[in-house]
Amino acid sequence: MAGASPTRLPRVLIAAWTVAVLLFLYIPMMAVVLTSFSKARYFRFPITRWTTEWYARTFESLSVRDLLWTSLSVAALVTIFSVILAFFGALAFARYDWKGRKLYQRLVLLPIFFPQAVLGLALLLWFSALGITTSWKTAVFAHMIWIVPIVILIISIQVYSFDAALEEAAFDLGASRWQVMKEITLPIMSPGIVSGGIFAFLLSWGNFPLSLFSTGADQTVPEWLYAKMVSGYTPMVPTLGSLTISGATVVLLIVYLAWVAVRARKRGRRPDRAEAP
Amino acid sequence: MNWFRQPGVAAALPAAIFLLVGFAGPLLMVFGYSFMPEKTFTLDQAPTFENYISVVTDSYYISFTWSITLAILTVFLLFPICYPIAYGMAKLFGRWANLVTALIAVPLLISENIRLFGWVLVLLKNGILDGALQSLFGISVSGMLYTVPAIVLGLVYVYLPFMLFPLVIGISMIPDAVKEAAADLGANRWQVFREVELPLAMPGILIGCILTFVLVLGSLAESKILGGQAIVMIADDVESAFTFAQNWPKGSVLSVLLIVLSGLIVFTLFRRIDLDQVIGRR
Repeated sequence: MAGASPTRLPRVLIAAWTVAVLLFLYIPMMAVVLTSFSKARYFRFPITRWTTEWYARTFESLSVRDLLWTSLSVAALVTIFSVILAFFGALAFARYDWKGRKLYQRLVLLPIFFPQAVLGLALLLWFSALGITTSWKTAVFAHMIWIVPIVILIISIQVYSFDAALEEAAFDLGASRWQVMKEITLPIMSPGIVSGGIFAFLLSWGNFPLSLFSTGADQTVPEWLYAKMVSGYTPMVPTLGSLTISGATVVLLIVYLAWVAVRARKRGRRPDRAEAP
Repeated sequence: MNWFRQPGVAAALPAAIFLLVGFAGPLLMVFGYSFMPEKTFTLDQAPTFENYISVVTDSYYISFTWSITLAILTVFLLFPICYPIAYGMAKLFGRWANLVTALIAVPLLISENIRLFGWVLVLLKNGILDGALQSLFGISVSGMLYTVPAIVLGLVYVYLPFMLFPLVIGISMIPDAVKEAAADLGANRWQVFREVELPLAMPGILIGCILTFVLVLGSLAESKILGGQAIVMIADDVESAFTFAQNWPKGSVLSVLLIVLSGLIVFTLFRRIDLDQVIGRR
């Protein structure tokens, strides 16, 4: 660690810069939450009169309930389907050696690099050519084009650290293909599957460009927010905005605490490993 | 057929078929529409090049130039912003690196709309920045929203993680021993950076720069929400051709040009790097 490692000053500078950029990343979220407590119909800063009235109105609003329900249904279905497709996709991406794998790796990642607005419009044409009326169900399909590749990438990172000898050992001991999948492959890949699922859910929940062209008459939360920002502004915009911000934060916190708990339990069960030198 | 018997092929099939139907299909159709006569909605007309000619001779080069300029500018701003942080995350922060990763990833999971709206509130006339400066120092900075710098701020803000995370992967591929050896042989810090770090971290640097470039090229929300009417980017033109103008062939031509431009760049990148090495650290 000594020798070429940087001296103290650059380390402090790098740490300070990192903290500054992290603060920068959270400025807009703080702005939205702050604004949501302002009483004024049109926002002015500094805020002179505070209120939680807009939260009460948002909770009572039936149209907001519809929006939340649509967004939730889309995100939940996207998560389930994406994880299933990406689980096998990741095995093909990283686990098995097969002819055509390199080409598959490149092609499967293309949608991530693709402009989402253009993809959304192309899908709109595609659905209309196939005679499918767009609704929240077609939005599930549209989101998956972009999210499945991302989840494949996330699960693949887990698969790369997978020791293939474990599966072979189980086969040698007489396990069937299904047993190996259930007892060896799935448990080892579960951290990747869980983080892939969380990403799938939240990316779908927050997606705007794909939803815009694929939901038809239905509307998701980000679409509604955009529509109201452009015309017909109401203070419910920052309110619903900060509700989704806190929603995402709560989901991530729960996941993080669950992860800490699982790790603590594993350590408790195998003290020999934790204390090994 | 023996090839179909491989477990890898069987595992690849579901996602491959899905993307064939949902990704390759629509793109081929857009390609087809780009050769149809103007303002037609079917694919059975006689193919023509007139859309390509009219797009090239029309003023669309302006929005293409804006998109490319802003994409290059964003990459050049983000690289120096992200490099020190990526270096810290890969080499210095130790156990704190996980926390920094999480804190940078969380905003990605909140809708881009809401985050850009937050910037609107900050930059607005009588907004947070303007209001704070007025009440503290009596200075007014009211004209900041709906300008090109506001768009650049939004682009830098939204695409920062897409530059940062590939850089972290790239920098963590540099073995410490090589840097130490270079330093022991008398290289100064700048030489170590230029001759050792940069070449070894190049796969990550390339992915970060190209991912950012391509995403900005196709971006829509930043210029609309923070830029107002200041400029038109190419994705904006694509959208209005398909929606307001109801001219699918013209929208298709613009999409095809955008797709070809980004596709060429991405494929050049893919030819130069080995994904197994970058993602799997093999």
